[in-house]
Amino acid sequence: MFDVLVIGGGVIGASVLRELSKYDLKICLLEKESDVCMGASRANSGVVHAGFDAAEGTLKAKFNVEGNLMMEGICKELGVKYKKNGSLVVAFSDEDLNTLQSLKARGEANGVGELEIISAEELRELEPNLSDEAVGALYAKTGGIVCPYELTISLIGNAMDNGAVLYTDFEAVSAKKEKGAFTVTASDGRQVQGKIVVNCAGLYSGKVAEFFGDDSIKIGARKGEYILLDRECAGFVTRTLFFTPTKLGKGVLVLPTVDNNILLGPTAEEMDIPDTETTQEGLNWVIEKAKKMCKNIPFYNTITSFAGIRAYSDRHDFIVEKSPKVEGLINCAGIESPGLTSAPAIAKYVVNGLIGALLPLNKNVEFNPYRRPDYFFKNLTDEEKNQIIKKDPTYGRIICRCEQITEGEIICACTENPRATTVDGVKRRTRAGMGRCQGGFCQPYVAEIIAKCNNLPLTEVTKSGKKSNLLQGVSK
Amino acid sequence: MKHDIVIIGGGPAGLAAAVAAFDGGVKDVVILERGEELGGILNQCIHNGFGLTRFKESLSGPEYAERFIDKVRERGIKYYLETTVISLDKNKTVKAVNPELGFFTIEAKSIILAMGCRERSRGALNVAGTRPAGIYSAGTAQKYVNVKGYMPGKEVVILGSGDIGLIMARRMTLEGAKVHAVCEIMPYSSGLKRNIVQCLDDFGIPLYLNHTITKIEGTDRVTGVTISEVDAQKRPITGTERHFSCDTVLFSVGLIPENELTKSCGITLSPKTRGAVVSQTRETMERGIFACGNVLQVHDLVDFVSEEAEIAGRYSAQYVLNGEGVYDFLDTQAGDNISYVLPQKINKGVDGNVKLFFRVKNTFKNCTIRIKSGNEVILERKKKIAVPGEMETLILTADKVQNLSSPVTVELEV
Amino acid sequence: MQIKNLTCVECPMGCQIEAGVENGVAVYVKGNTCPRGKLYAENEVVRPLRVLTTSVKCVGGKMLPVKTDKPIPRDMMLSLMETINGVHPTLPVHTGDIVINDLYEGVNLIATKTELN
Repeated sequence: MFDVLVIGGGVIGASVLRELSKYDLKICLLEKESDVCMGASRANSGVVHAGFDAAEGTLKAKFNVEGNLMMEGICKELGVKYKKNGSLVVAFSDEDLNTLQSLKARGEANGVGELEIISAEELRELEPNLSDEAVGALYAKTGGIVCPYELTISLIGNAMDNGAVLYTDFEAVSAKKEKGAFTVTASDGRQVQGKIVVNCAGLYSGKVAEFFGDDSIKIGARKGEYILLDRECAGFVTRTLFFTPTKLGKGVLVLPTVDNNILLGPTAEEMDIPDTETTQEGLNWVIEKAKKMCKNIPFYNTITSFAGIRAYSDRHDFIVEKSPKVEGLINCAGIESPGLTSAPAIAKYVVNGLIGALLPLNKNVEFNPYRRPDYFFKNLTDEEKNQIIKKDPTYGRIICRCEQITEGEIICACTENPRATTVDGVKRRTRAGMGRCQGGFCQPYVAEIIAKCNNLPLTEVTKSGKKSNLLQGVSK
Repeated sequence: MKHDIVIIGGGPAGLAAAVAAFDGGVKDVVILERGEELGGILNQCIHNGFGLTRFKESLSGPEYAERFIDKVRERGIKYYLETTVISLDKNKTVKAVNPELGFFTIEAKSIILAMGCRERSRGALNVAGTRPAGIYSAGTAQKYVNVKGYMPGKEVVILGSGDIGLIMARRMTLEGAKVHAVCEIMPYSSGLKRNIVQCLDDFGIPLYLNHTITKIEGTDRVTGVTISEVDAQKRPITGTERHFSCDTVLFSVGLIPENELTKSCGITLSPKTRGAVVSQTRETMERGIFACGNVLQVHDLVDFVSEEAEIAGRYSAQYVLNGEGVYDFLDTQAGDNISYVLPQKINKGVDGNVKLFFRVKNTFKNCTIRIKSGNEVILERKKKIAVPGEMETLILTADKVQNLSSPVTVELEV
Repeated sequence: MQIKNLTCVECPMGCQIEAGVENGVAVYVKGNTCPRGKLYAENEVVRPLRVLTTSVKCVGGKMLPVKTDKPIPRDMMLSLMETINGVHPTLPVHTGDIVINDLYEGVNLIATKTELN
């Protein structure tokens, strides 16, 4: 019997789980996929929003501003790359310039600091590759970037290091409440019991709430397509560039990632049946919009394109509350943008505010907030690296040549919390296969390491769990 | 540590360069190879047809490599395996890592870049659809089948009719897979004609010219693709869609020289070849740093890689023995219907003939290829057929080189 | 007489060859630039021949590249693959070593790589 079950291993579930692990509680994360971070949190812009976008008084505004202030500290504890690179909302017309004034005012009302309207000249000095048509911008110095999957995986890993339990491939399909405890059953028949359930199921949070007996959550899906450029383009832009929002929508972002790639996107496509397919129209739209924002975009350095899904609720604000219908169920739903930024603040509120009202929260005296960064090896000096290689030569063998990831780092990803068991899992933890050849050279080697660490034949190794086997048999 | 010549890459280019440098009088040559064995990509190219020009024999990739590996061993040339070069600077300091030595630096007198190339991936093309398992570049599939002994899939569609794609169509068929189609966005194949015959026609595999994959389907594993015909602007034509059920898609859509080290070192690159700018000695614009093989320009035939590498090896040795020579550069240019010319510079300070390598932009029949210096035609050749997939060469004799006074242009007239 | 247009596969030049065929044999060959091309065309109109290149799995799991030391009939390739796939040589093997003696009518299957262990 667990004290708390968290359903959904995205950034919200991960943040709640990690916050819970600070207390003396038995906690468990239920993830329907083979790995954590397989939904919205694996494919989004990775922006840490300043907080001027959401209307005053909304949960979005509140959690965004609080989360922004918490993000840097959390990233430091977890060894997650974070950069306060600043955001620019770029104006292309007088009307846009007016909008910037109201955005600034709204930001200030929300409690956002360091907001400044800058001129076209100042703008060009900051971002020389910006379109010549830009006439000014709102500069939010507290805007930042983070790698969303690195953050999510590290939060869960740290929670697990502090005692949390993770069940993967656990697709919750029904729940029953008896004597003050829930029994949650998975599609494969496995069962787990808990006193409190936190529903962080993203796109599926409506469905999950429903089988608990709460039909109050209505979720819609929006797809966002992106194009990623090689880190050879590092420095093309250094801040996160937004279009000034208009009645016609938000347009795309052009921004750097913490790993020095350049990211273009997203589209915003309403979906009846959610999928993560990219489309020719979507990608063309991204290209067209990005060209309006910047000149001379090095599209020939495109290394991949992808799509992510955002869940939003019919209330068009975050839902972070005790279920109005089921005692002991807490819903975190409709967490669209700025959900990533808000995650730490939402988690704090859910744990201290909502769960604290139901369960005694005693400190976990053994809680260790720190975690060795996934990229610890890269940060060492050559001498330190050589000391490690002497003890463990696998750190001297480079497997991913594009991102220079060693065998030792990949073995680490396969053995540390939460363990990678798939090629994509290794990729999200180490960046092996994330570079310009997209795994063309390293995939066979990565697959062999996964097979070895997990004691599997190579034919059982998958790209991303379930039936996504890389190979279809032996050749002889 | 210190070495006279450091060669980055132990594939066909690195091996031939090492032998030529050694035979050119420099005995302290070292090869840094990132793989587990010498030979590079040739180790997975188990088909034959290598070495016809050089050895007058049809060898498999490993056989061709072995001829050079034997020469390297006979000469006692030192090599490090599983060794990745991390950085390189203009002072010719090479930083590398391997499991045995960890991170180490080598100070070299001369460096030869022979890192080869990589395949363009699906990602670079923005092909729409899902991202399931079963999407491979042809070379990755080749590695799985030929070196690892595994089948990436059983029902295959291939995008791109470059030689690796064609070779893999045959290879997968021989191993029991069904290759449903090879699509080529261009109106012609960029592969060798012999490979169309012996890899596709021999097995009844259809080649769809002017076609591309417009959608990939499948959640866990690929379940199918849609291909469409394209118009002259390479845009898919609505109504021409054709669907294939398959579990595997192979991409053979071009090779890109692996010049990240070259770039980080600040060596001038050509936007056309995406390799270093070199003179006929294969010296880059940094004195004492040479480049050869597919890192310099993507070759069709390994025989030409070896030839080019030997030039680089020979002049690298001369640089170590004699120091800097005379530098008196003239540019070469790609004129009408020519996509690039290599070398990009002719150094008049170097004696001897200059062999110009170039590619034409399209398929041309009964055309004339001309070399001009300024407005003066200095060489002219008639060609029955010239295609982009086959590298062309012309030799400027030493006397002509000495008389050059204006930049040299290669052009093709129809 | 029947005229057959062929692309020679003997070398990368890929010469376009014309062969005049009567009673199933070539009576003339033109377009070839070397004697190998003539021989290729003569065989091609009767029964196409190809060198088969593939691999075998050695004892211990390593893959060894192999080829036939002479061309074999093209129509025999797929059935001979089955024979080849059933063979598992023990290392060491050197380039040129016979992996299958007399695979088909005097043609041997030979190793095209040296694998010591």
